[in-house]
Amino acid sequence: MIRVEDLSLSIHATSILTDVSIEMRPGKAFGLVGESGSGKSMTALAIMGLLPEGAQSGGKVILDGENLLAKSERDLCTLRGNRMGMIFQEPMTALNPVKTIGEQVAETLRIHTKISRRDAMNIAREKLARVGLPEDRFPLSRYPHELSGGQRQRVCIAMAIALHPELLIADEPTTALDVTTQAQILDLLRDLVEEEGMSLLLITHDLAVVSGLADHVAVMQNGKIVEQGQTETLFRTMRHPYTRQLFDASRHQPVRAEQADDAALLEVRNASRDYTLARTSLFGPAPHFRAVDNVSFTLKAGESLGLVGESGCGKSTLTRALLGLEPLQGGEIRMFGAPVGPDMPNTLRSGMQVVFQDPYSSFNPRWRVEQLVSEPFHLLPERPADWREQVASVLESVGLGRETMRRYVHEFSGGQRQRIAIARALILRPDLIILDEAVSALDVSIRAQILDLLADLQKGYGLSYLFISHDLSVVRAITDRVLVMKDGMIVEEGPTKRVFDNPTHDYTKNLIAATPAIPADWQEEPHA
Amino acid sequence: MKVPAQLIFGAALSAIFLAGAAISFFWTPHDVTLLSIPEKLAGPSGKFWLGTDHFGRDILSMLMVGARTSIAVAVVAVGIGILLGVPLGLTAAANRGGWLDEFIMRGNDLIFAFPSLVIAILITAVFGPSALNAILAIGIFNIPVFARVTRGGALSLWTLDYILSARVAGKGAARISLEHILPNIANLLIVQGTIQFSLGILAEAGLSYVGLGAQPPTPSWGRMLADAQTMIYTVPRLAMLPGLSIVAMVLGLNLMGDGLRDILDPRIRRGRA
Repeated sequence: MIRVEDLSLSIHATSILTDVSIEMRPGKAFGLVGESGSGKSMTALAIMGLLPEGAQSGGKVILDGENLLAKSERDLCTLRGNRMGMIFQEPMTALNPVKTIGEQVAETLRIHTKISRRDAMNIAREKLARVGLPEDRFPLSRYPHELSGGQRQRVCIAMAIALHPELLIADEPTTALDVTTQAQILDLLRDLVEEEGMSLLLITHDLAVVSGLADHVAVMQNGKIVEQGQTETLFRTMRHPYTRQLFDASRHQPVRAEQADDAALLEVRNASRDYTLARTSLFGPAPHFRAVDNVSFTLKAGESLGLVGESGCGKSTLTRALLGLEPLQGGEIRMFGAPVGPDMPNTLRSGMQVVFQDPYSSFNPRWRVEQLVSEPFHLLPERPADWREQVASVLESVGLGRETMRRYVHEFSGGQRQRIAIARALILRPDLIILDEAVSALDVSIRAQILDLLADLQKGYGLSYLFISHDLSVVRAITDRVLVMKDGMIVEEGPTKRVFDNPTHDYTKNLIAATPAIPADWQEEPHA
Repeated sequence: MKVPAQLIFGAALSAIFLAGAAISFFWTPHDVTLLSIPEKLAGPSGKFWLGTDHFGRDILSMLMVGARTSIAVAVVAVGIGILLGVPLGLTAAANRGGWLDEFIMRGNDLIFAFPSLVIAILITAVFGPSALNAILAIGIFNIPVFARVTRGGALSLWTLDYILSARVAGKGAARISLEHILPNIANLLIVQGTIQFSLGILAEAGLSYVGLGAQPPTPSWGRMLADAQTMIYTVPRLAMLPGLSIVAMVLGLNLMGDGLRDILDPRIRRGRA
């Protein structure tokens, strides 16, 4: 059993954690929930003794009656990997790309025990089979790049459990994965906890993930645990206002006005997009990969259309074709009846703007906000004389003051950056904004605010949205109609409510079933 | 922000030579073209601080003027590399995967295949030896270096979302390269510039040593070394002084380049924070 008692932590005199007390029992999963910056990852690093330089910790982390915080780095090294294992959010970077998966799992074993290479490989084989990578299908000689994201996360788990640790810390283990993969990894973690008698510390921002897996939950805010208790009880009562706030934000439904009219804004007819692959023989034709396959849909003026699909389904390729950045190999895209493509005139191009997922790579770090937001003015014959006024007013309409104009983008938080991105998309008053996973990287409470903002702007400017996302709950909250995409094809299409309540295609059914959800009967208002 | 010690040390070392070269324009202890056979091979004294060579010329004066030659050659050679290599690299990155990219990069490989010394011999064979030809030879060798660095840095930027938004704003490849790519790879180019600068000094010394660089009577570190070679056992000072100058200047520039990279590269800066 591992117990954290009154753990407090400060880095360079900034307080990060105050009086955190949690207890992880064998064979149980403990969920630690909070938004970014709440201190949940720091709690995990403090338990592992992996604190950054300049960190000052107080309190105790007790394993077998011994305080880990008082131990030397040397002693901690023998504990890490041996008694405590950890897996991270990004399975792409957590593995060494030049070592085979067998070697990587065996390495953990050989560092901590004096077993031979052959025995270590045997145990590695066993552990990889345990996490769902049996040798007959996934030989130990595979390299990480030959595996998918979910399979790599399984390798990380195999490494973490190789020595059968008492505690497994999983820091956002499924955030970077697709919903169906996420469901499989969560199942695997649940099995490991139950069958191997490990304690699991599951760190996540997603209340639904915790509700399905953890026996106990603690909610963190600003370095403090505001509420903790048995999962079902905590969800049923939600004594602390912050817990309720998180919960409400995660299923936030912006107030939207139905305003779709029947005029078609964007028409896509049998669009296909091929990529040329590397040649397999010297003189043979280069093979093609069809990323978007015969896609047809219509987006009406004032409508919010959702496009749902997992990574690699062709969503991003379709987006670039819709924006007229890449040519189609078949079919056509028309906006207001005029063809969309790389050669389309600037006047048509200015009717369509885009907001991307990553608020960090969406802006040139060396430009000021006013330059960034005014960039689409390039589409006009000349920049309007009152462009500064226009930038200020569009920044105000997304909830940012005009004093932000002279600042650089690194001075803003993720949510504020996404507002700047929306301002940039709005400045030319386009008819259509494509939102490419625009809220996926944001915390739930920020996400709720941005969704409200988008709904307000739609009302105010009569915008149409194409909302591209892998997150079904968000698509459900903000769209009128939804398209489900798989392997470059649209497999299902219909009004959002109908598709979510009565999916007809098997793939849609799978997607909806795999999406973690807080059990419906927990959500009843106890005092209502 | 903390300035790395190696940057301060490297900059100080380079500054000594830069100062010497600058002063030599209006003052040197003695005239470097003045031969004084009676005073040949004199040791360091009040009159000749670092002694004289086999023609009785003042070594300190020759080192100062030699620094000028070296720095001038290196500056112009790096300039040629940047002015031609960077646009080539930007063009290649903007057409990544296309035939123009292939054409530019294979052209670079072709230049890389010939060492700068071989190019210098070629140019000398055609135009005769001079400092200008040394500059040309080293400068040509710098073009593919800068083209590669530029293309590498630009390629990773081209995948970012802000480039995509610039394309949505209707901007063409040339405009995006100038407005978005170039400012964000400037730190890479500055660092590569200091490294190429030190390599340029080394290359100039090498070319002068084999007689393909600056011609007499213009002093040059490389030729001073070549002249001193026959007397290396009798008057080792003659070989050591220009040799040490080359080592110190190149070391200073390399340290400065490393230090600049630590400050300018945000990835490394974040790692230290």
